[in-house]
Amino acid sequence: MFRVTRRYQFAASHRLHAHGLSDEENRRLYGKCNNPFGHGHNYVLEVSARGPADANTGSAVDPRRLDELVAREVLQPFEHRNLNCDVEAFRDLTPTSENLAVEICRRLKRSWPSMFPGEWPKLEKVRIAETARNIFEMDAHEIP
Amino acid sequence: MLITRKVEFSASHVCRNPRLSDEENQRVFGLAANPNGHGHNYLLEVSLEGEPDPVTGMVFDLKEMKDVLNREVVEPFDHRFLNHEVPPFDRVIPTPENIARDIWRRIEPHFAGRGHRLHSVRLYETPDLYVDYFGGQPCSA
Repeated sequence: MFRVTRRYQFAASHRLHAHGLSDEENRRLYGKCNNPFGHGHNYVLEVSARGPADANTGSAVDPRRLDELVAREVLQPFEHRNLNCDVEAFRDLTPTSENLAVEICRRLKRSWPSMFPGEWPKLEKVRIAETARNIFEMDAHEIP
Repeated sequence: MLITRKVEFSASHVCRNPRLSDEENQRVFGLAANPNGHGHNYLLEVSLEGEPDPVTGMVFDLKEMKDVLNREVVEPFDHRFLNHEVPPFDRVIPTPENIARDIWRRIEPHFAGRGHRLHSVRLYETPDLYVDYFGGQPCSA
């Protein structure tokens, strides 16, 4: 079994603000991430898929198919966007990188069979770095 | 506990299956099927799993690990055209998956000892594409 990982980047802005909390609580909880006009990151996304190497191609995952899927589901809708305003899932949900990892995982898992209709490869995990120091990893099995 | 050592090598390869037509190879492998080949700076990360030895405090001697990786991987692979110069890639397509598996086969016996074992081989073909191999499944294609 192999795990094949591909790395992507996109730039987007967000603001951390929980609707259920007061302005003061939001400021205390999120600090500068709560600044009202938001701020941005160069996100680095790693997508890992697992599978056996195909006998004819010697490949477990076709990186070009993975690129096409990630571009369609994540890079095109998120690139140079304001996550709070431009991405439906974050209208009511705070776009922390935890929630972003869940959303990306959900999008990829939902459309995975359209690009990889066979038993293998399977989506294994997504890993998103908000900055070089803050990294969030999500196992695809955790998404129903 | 895992300990990891990195080494690098630069090599050229071409990904084609001789049983497929030129057009099929182009469709499956894209630019990687260009007949004269192309190259990468490969980065290899090898991880051993084990417990620190009670006497030395080490899972494995990192110097010895470096010597094994240089002897078994870097020396045969570095600045070579894998398909033409490094068996089994005259008959096995040198995808990163197959290279990772061949590296596992080359180094695994050197790390099979008391209290430690080879855990994984991670091979970066570029900074944006890497493969992890954990053993199992024999060579194909």
